[in-house]
Formats: sequence, C-alpha cells, structure tokens
Amino acid sequence: MYRSHVLVCGGTGCTSSGSQRIIDRLEKEIAAQGLSEEVGVVKTGCFGLCALGPIMIVYPEGTFYSMVQEDDIPEIVAEHLLKGRVVTRLLYEETTKTDKITPLNETDFYKKQHRVALRNCGVINPEDIEEYIGTGGYEALGIVLTEKKPEDVIQILLDSGLRGRGGAGFPTGLKWKFAAANEADQKYVCCNADEGDPGAFMDRSILEGDPHAVLEAMAIAGYAIGASQGYIYVRAEYPIAVKRLEIAIAQAREYGLLGENIFESGFNFDIELRLGAGAFVCGEETALMTSIEGSRGEPRPRPPFPALKGLFQKPTILNNVETFANIPQIIVNGPEWFASMGTEKSKGTKVFALGGKINNTGLVEIPMGTTLREIVEEIGGGIPGGKKFKAAQTGGPSGGCIPAEHLDVPIDYDNLIAIGSMMGSGGLIIMDEDTCMVDIAKFFLEFTVDESCGKCTPCRIGTRRMLEILEKITKGQAEMEDLDRLEELCNHLKTSSLCALGQTAPNPVLSTLRYFRDEYIAHIVDKKCPAGVCKDLLHYKIDPDKCKGCTLCARTCPADAIIGSVREVHMINPEKCVKCGACMEKCRFGAIYKE
Amino acid sequence: MAAKTGSVPFSGTKEQEEELLKVISELKDEKGALMPILQKAQDIYGYLPMEVQKMISDETGIPMEKIYGVATFYSQFTLNPKGRYRISVCLGTACYVKGSGDIYNALMEKLGIVGGECTPDGKFSLDACRCVGACGLAPVMMINEEVYGRLTVDDLDGILAKYE
Repeated sequence: MYRSHVLVCGGTGCTSSGSQRIIDRLEKEIAAQGLSEEVGVVKTGCFGLCALGPIMIVYPEGTFYSMVQEDDIPEIVAEHLLKGRVVTRLLYEETTKTDKITPLNETDFYKKQHRVALRNCGVINPEDIEEYIGTGGYEALGIVLTEKKPEDVIQILLDSGLRGRGGAGFPTGLKWKFAAANEADQKYVCCNADEGDPGAFMDRSILEGDPHAVLEAMAIAGYAIGASQGYIYVRAEYPIAVKRLEIAIAQAREYGLLGENIFESGFNFDIELRLGAGAFVCGEETALMTSIEGSRGEPRPRPPFPALKGLFQKPTILNNVETFANIPQIIVNGPEWFASMGTEKSKGTKVFALGGKINNTGLVEIPMGTTLREIVEEIGGGIPGGKKFKAAQTGGPSGGCIPAEHLDVPIDYDNLIAIGSMMGSGGLIIMDEDTCMVDIAKFFLEFTVDESCGKCTPCRIGTRRMLEILEKITKGQAEMEDLDRLEELCNHLKTSSLCALGQTAPNPVLSTLRYFRDEYIAHIVDKKCPAGVCKDLLHYKIDPDKCKGCTLCARTCPADAIIGSVREVHMINPEKCVKCGACMEKCRFGAIYKE
Repeated sequence: MAAKTGSVPFSGTKEQEEELLKVISELKDEKGALMPILQKAQDIYGYLPMEVQKMISDETGIPMEKIYGVATFYSQFTLNPKGRYRISVCLGTACYVKGSGDIYNALMEKLGIVGGECTPDGKFSLDACRCVGACGLAPVMMINEEVYGRLTVDDLDGILAKYE
C-alpha cells in the first residue's frame, strides 16, 4: 500500500510535452529520498487539459500541478512528497484564485463536465487490467454473459437511447438489432478507431486512457449479435494507442476475458488489431471494411448494409470508440440512468476536442444539451487576447461553422443539423475575428480533394471544381456568378456522391455561405479579405506617423521591397512585396499594418 | 492521390529479405493480410520499392497490380525513401487555425524542397500530415518520433540545428 499516488498524464498531448522524462525523473528522485515504498507513480491517460501539460496530480490530496518541468521534480519530491508542503508556484492557476485551494472539480474547466466515456481517463493506469477491474471493469460483461439473453442486451441499448458517437447519430441498439436478426455462420464486430477528423482526438484519448472499456463493450456486442470475432481498425498515427491496445488485448486473454468460454458461459470472442495507413475515407464504414479485407479503402454502395453483408461479406456491426466506451456503464447502471442525461432525442454525454483560438484547449465531456456558450466562455475560458468569437467549427470536413448568433443553441444531434452543421466525431474548433471564413472553407475543400478516394465522379471531380472556385475567390479573381456555380456544385455533390465523404464535403462551404456570405462578397466585389488572411488581397503599408526610420524592416525584408534611409519614413514597394509579414513582426513601433 | 514512382536504386540486404520472408510466412494465411504485410515491409525497408512489392507478390500470389494499388492508395505507404529525419507538419484544423501553414511554408523555404520531397543529401524529408492528436499544443510538427509543439517560425532554425 502506498500512502500517496502521483498520477502523471501519459496521453499524447502530455507525452509530447515531455511527461515520460518527468516520470523517469520522478521515480529517480523518489528512490533517492527513500520514498519508493510509500509513494507510487502511475502513468495514466488524458486528464483533458492538454494546453497545460505536462499535468500531474498528487493523491490523496488531489493537488493539481500543471506545466511541470523536469527541473521542478526535485522540489516537488522534497517539499510535497517528503514534507507535505504543496509547491504553490506550480499549481494550476485556477485553483489558487482564492486563499483556499479550489478542488479541481470546481474549477471552470471541470465543473460543468460529466465524465462517462472518459471516466477512467486520467484515473487508472491503462496498462494494468487490475486497475480497470478495480473500478468496476468487466462487471458489465459478467452480467451480460451470466444473466442476460442477447435480445435483452439489445433492448437495454434501445431503451438507453444511445446514438452513434462517430458523427451520424444512428441508434446503436437498432444497428445491433438488424445484425442480430441476420443468420450467418460468422458475424463480425468492428470498432472504428480511424479517427480522421482533423482536430478530434477523443477516441485516441479513450484508447490511450481506458482501452479495456472498448474491449469489454466489443465482447458485449459480440454476444448480442452472435459474433465471435472482433476487429479494431486503428490509425497507425496513434502509436501510444496501438501499444496500449496490444497490452490490453494480451491481458484480457490472459485473464480469460477474451478467448474461449468467457465466464464459463460457452461464449467465445477474440479481437484483432488492424492498423490504418492514412486514408481519411477509411473512417467511412464500408471503406473501413474494404481496408480490413486488404484492399484499397474505397467505399461500397449501400444497400446491402453491413448488418447484412459487411466485412468479408458477413453480417457486421461497426461502432465508434466513444460509443463503445459508454456501453459497459449503460449495462451496469441501467438504461434509465443513461437516458436521464441529455436532451429528448440525444441522450448521455458527448466528448468534444476543444481547440483553436480558445484558452483551455483539451478534451471536455459534457451532457448533451449544454450550450456552445457554456463550452466556449466557461469551460474553455474564452478567447485569448481579448479577441471576439466568430465561429465554432464542428464535424470537421463534413460539418459546418456555427456563428455567434447560435451560441445559445443546446448542442445535440438534431439541433446541430438544423443550424447547418453536424455533431461529427467531436472536433470543436473555435475561430476568432482573425479567421477568414472563405479561407477555412478552402482549407476543408483542399482536405477533401486530397482525401477523395476517386471512385465516384461527383466527389473526385466535383470537389476539385469547388476548390478551384474558392481559389478564384480568395485571389480576388471571382465574379458573383461563381457563387451560384458553387452552390449548384454543392447540391450535386450532396445528392449524387457514393459515400458520406462526398455527400458532406459541401457542408463547410454551404454553412459559411449561409452565415458569412458578406465575407465572400467582400472578396469578390471589394477584392478585400476582411480578416486579413488571404494574401493576394492584402497590402502591407507603413504608417508615416508611427515610422521612426529605424531601418529594421528594410533589413528584415527578404525581397528588398522596403525603401527609406535612416530616420526617414519608410515605404513598401507593392510590386516587390511578397507579403511574408516579416516586417510587421519585427517593427517595434507598430507602424506596419495590412489592409 | 498523386502517383508515386521509384527513382532511387534499390539497395536491400539479404537480412532484410529474410526478415520480410519470415513476416510474409507468418501473416499470409490471415484474412486481409496484405495491409499488415505492407506495413511490416515498410518498417523493414523504410519504403516500398517495386522490388519489395514483387517479392510480396511472388510469396503471397497476390497480383502486382493489386499490391501497387494498395501501396499507392494509402498516404502512409511510400514508394520513395524518406530522409534520415522525417519532418511532418500538422495541417489539421486546430494547428492550421493557429498558423501551421506558415510553419510549413517556412520549412520549405529553409530546406529548399517542397512537401513530399527529400533534401538531396538525404537528411530531411518534409511532409504535411493530418492531425497527430496533440491539438492542445498547436501548432505542432514531428521530426521522426519527436513532437514539437506551440511552434513559431522563429523556433525552426534552433530545432533544425539539433539535427545537424
């Protein structure tokens, strides 16, 4: 027994900020102080507040240290762990605002959160199955295999109202019911861990922080639909998640929680890992299955739906990581418990990856029905630098931008679709007044052009034509008729593309056209980019009243575009200027501006 | 997706070939084994030249055109060797909004190559990547396995110098 546990985040964010070096140093210092018998170091999954990483929590007190550096370790060990004196200067600022140290769950970032899918992330050591079992893990599988019939399990899911967390929001219970009804000699359970939506990393955090929850839920799914084999399709870009899954699968097999005759019920289930190789389209269910089969990851027409003919032409269900992570707790706590959270048609919680122009970047899990304003202003701590909120982007390349006028809409599947965006897998990127919405639409189209698999014509050619129009607009070469052409193309893509990638590719364009049409018009008619992003429409100028003639800008300019001698007002030659902005960064008098 | 063709002479060793044959014999009876085989082959050789694809085809009986099709479909597979230090700049949304486009452009300028290329001395190769999942540290780039976060253009010279 340890008297104290030090939890250090080993998620990707904190590992990138050097948490492994901190763990090594911590263990060394603890040994040097002779505390190895008294203090245990645990490498956990993500705490959520990635912006302040590396993060460390000392229990039983629950002291939350943020942005810990290797050199801080001797002090933490000597002061806190040996003498019991908290190292105040390293505390998370939020917790030290008053004289008393505020408990973590009462800080702005955490107090509105409700952790279901992330409940074990940052709490247990994900590489030790006993810690998962210690927090109630594999209890749900035990209940299911010893007390429930497959149809009971499906009914529980239907009653809970759980909908797919990958983005489309299809009722999970219904998906299982369809697959269960189809007779076959072999069925499959697949887990979609090909989190491709740029800016979303909740699935990665669950896999890194609580991999057994996913394995347990997959086994439950196997029992419910009559499958004995599962596949997890995980991105190869997530090496930590892959490693923890491999460890978790091996441990579950060793404990008899995967394999043959689980809980002596006669039920067999095993799981294999398959690594993706960097194709966004493989997040689409039929493309993912084609990829597991060892082919180019191109989607297939539906019907037949995977519930009838999926992987290797057998009945298959595919659920997303976050969806699976909810299921063991629905079984243990009952469907009523889950359905008591959220809105009428969207139950439970949703994890969002909060990023972009926001103070508290990281992972947040909130009950459905929370408003965007609560997320941005309270949990997210507002926009840095006192800038103004412009839009929130959800659903990645398939979603849209939500403007300030809709900040008070309760977030759920149906409300987001009604305002022209979608839930998506949970990327939530905040944009401020310095973001050009036409440039953002172009950015997403570049992405879909790149990631279109090329199988169907509307997507392969349509996205490219759309991108060309957007490029014309951002270069100031477009005319108003181009907007009509753009909208027409959007409608063609929506109706005639083979899979969701093409069908949803127009969403970023349509939603920005809907809410920020004036910005498009400013680019086309006035040849101006109001946010000052689109380089072709920008001109750097020097304010003669502010310029002191220090020559720094002229010396910095890579294109010799700035003329003027010492103590004389300088000028920029627009013919030569390459608009790199180097002069503006260097000027100490704020004399250079762009318009 | 751009076509990728080999331009560097193949210089595989006997050891690499033995390792590959071992991998193939372990995996080839599994369903959908081609992707895992290609991934292991790329781990062994660093890339997937025609010679390696041919060996896989001969051993598994999977036709060359299918192997080439799969190898060129996925962005992680490369038919060209990469630099000793592989730089990938994240152009995911969170990083892009925070200026990773400027980082990418500055690297192209500093290294004198465009994305997807390798410096002539074989030292650095540069690629854009989609979201490494460290959005809290945006903008982010990776050099081999090392992640650099909260980047500014001014940091780049110092970071590149570490790899001299």
